[in-house]
Amino acid sequence: MGRKLLIHNDHVPNIHTLEVYRAHGGYASVEKALKTMQPDQVTDEVKKSGLRGRGGAGFPTGMKWSFLAKPEGVPRYLVCNADESEPGTFKDRYLMEKIPHALIEGMITSSFALGAKQSYIYIRGEYFYVARIVEAAIAEAYAAGLLGKNILGTDFSHDCSVQVGGGAYICGEETALLESLEGKRGNPRIKPPFPAVAGLWGCPTVVNNVETIAAVVPIVNMGGEEYAKIGVGKSTGTKLISASGHINKPGVYEIELGITVEDFIYSDEYCGGIRNGKKLKAVVAGGSSVPILPTELILKTAKGEPRLMTYESLSDGGFATGTMLGSGGFIAMDEDTSIVKNLFTFSRFYHHESCGQCSPCREGTGWMEKILKKFLDGTANESDVDLLWDIQSKIEGKTICPLGEAAAWPVAAAIRHFKHEFIEIAQKKKFVDISHYDRLNKIRA
Amino acid sequence: MSSQVHGAQKFDKAKRAETVFSEEAMKTAQTIISRYPEGKQKSALLPILHLAQAEFGGWLSPETMDYVASILKIRPVEVFEVASFYTMYNLKPMGKCVLEVCQTSSCWLNGAEDIVKYIEKKLNIKVGETTKDGMFSLKVAECLGSCGTAPMLQCGASYHENLTYEKVDAILETYKNEGRLRSYTDLDYKNTL
Repeated sequence: MGRKLLIHNDHVPNIHTLEVYRAHGGYASVEKALKTMQPDQVTDEVKKSGLRGRGGAGFPTGMKWSFLAKPEGVPRYLVCNADESEPGTFKDRYLMEKIPHALIEGMITSSFALGAKQSYIYIRGEYFYVARIVEAAIAEAYAAGLLGKNILGTDFSHDCSVQVGGGAYICGEETALLESLEGKRGNPRIKPPFPAVAGLWGCPTVVNNVETIAAVVPIVNMGGEEYAKIGVGKSTGTKLISASGHINKPGVYEIELGITVEDFIYSDEYCGGIRNGKKLKAVVAGGSSVPILPTELILKTAKGEPRLMTYESLSDGGFATGTMLGSGGFIAMDEDTSIVKNLFTFSRFYHHESCGQCSPCREGTGWMEKILKKFLDGTANESDVDLLWDIQSKIEGKTICPLGEAAAWPVAAAIRHFKHEFIEIAQKKKFVDISHYDRLNKIRA
Repeated sequence: MSSQVHGAQKFDKAKRAETVFSEEAMKTAQTIISRYPEGKQKSALLPILHLAQAEFGGWLSPETMDYVASILKIRPVEVFEVASFYTMYNLKPMGKCVLEVCQTSSCWLNGAEDIVKYIEKKLNIKVGETTKDGMFSLKVAECLGSCGTAPMLQCGASYHENLTYEKVDAILETYKNEGRLRSYTDLDYKNTL
């Protein structure tokens, strides 16, 4: 069994309540940090831990914190990005729903390190009921003196509240999230200035993912160096993986970074293999935005080494033969899956979610969806594959925010690794069954 | 967002005068506003729009948006530009229960299209339409973060997961019998995780 630091208590009845959470060692990091440490010491521990942003980009958290500008007399903010919307990702929802105090504890300890007197947890609107659970936990924390004035009798005061979004994937991008938190459309801002200098209402702001903030708790408790001992190389600690698709045991798993992909897919501790005795065809390893890989490349790198669940190993070989750990949204597809149809659902998604600010993304995502629809309708020809490639190459790197790349990469990867499927359809040798087939009856049979 | 098309709704002065939050809703609105520093009350716009949508019949009429603007002391256009950007706000009247079936990758891999077809047939409406009795509207949604429990649909605050045809039957039956408006802000949410 791998070590668990974040959701080890998820099976404990009523762990969502403060009483049970504290009985299982909850809020120890707040006690430790506020009573025995200086704010900079907390940041140092996070730096030593090697923790990297768990939302998808994987940027070192300690470094992000150290960029925070600290001008006199200007408030600083910590904002938690709980706008989890990347297709294939549902780990933050699980964490907030099961153990909301783990997030609130991390918010208090992190805010202490950053000197933030106010923090906000921005939760995607569709997770309204999750926001209710987190709000109830916040109320409990206030009543117990863990939030508000002079927390646990110390000089540190902090307020934390929840804001729900209105339904927009783009608000997971940190500057769009800040716009939304200010009550505006979720249009990403041009950077620089970065939020660390001018974020919420123009004040210095750190935006971190739910899992990142929750990971600060074990880091403070055990010390950054101990935390860094878990994992491989620059991929330290544990990571929540949302597993879905055609696997026997979909769900949220906490893994030690460094286990093999093969182990993750086939061992009974995790996904438990492919459903209905089918063969694995392809995997999207880190949420819809990362390149899809065929079985042979997801299990082994191009050099023939076993692929590991780490930032480095998954990206080994670059985009030619590798992918990314991303948000940890792990979607496995069996041998019967149409890669073209799956790609269509991704492209439809990005077209729907493009904010419309930048032409390459606004127009390009629409065109990609439209051309992929031709493949489904059986009206595509071979030149459409080249056209699709051409469009995606003209989006990447030409937009304000990374949604452009996120929309382009899946298209590029599908063509790179499964071009024959597109060609077969274009040559009318094969058709995509638009209705797919009666999956539901097959699965439930 | 890009795929949403809104018809122009007429502004009715008399209706605007009647558009006022209940005492309880007003209290909630004030609590939300108090979470932000003074002068930054516009930040409360998204949560208050959810509140208003639940309070005034499941959609945001021009009168409702004008009222929300007056509470937050911002211009009506600032409300409209936000309401028209986010997918959860309805700018036209909807059925009491809006069924939103997730259709992105993991849900599609697990039969979301079959669920959509089944509901279409059962309610005799297409995606985007509302039943004649005004009870149900059917929508498709992009990834709702329920990939491990696919296929799924959301109705108001409730997530219905690991759907089967039988489950859909039961959900529709229950909602029809209860016959009330379902909102994202409902407290009696059910989730099956």
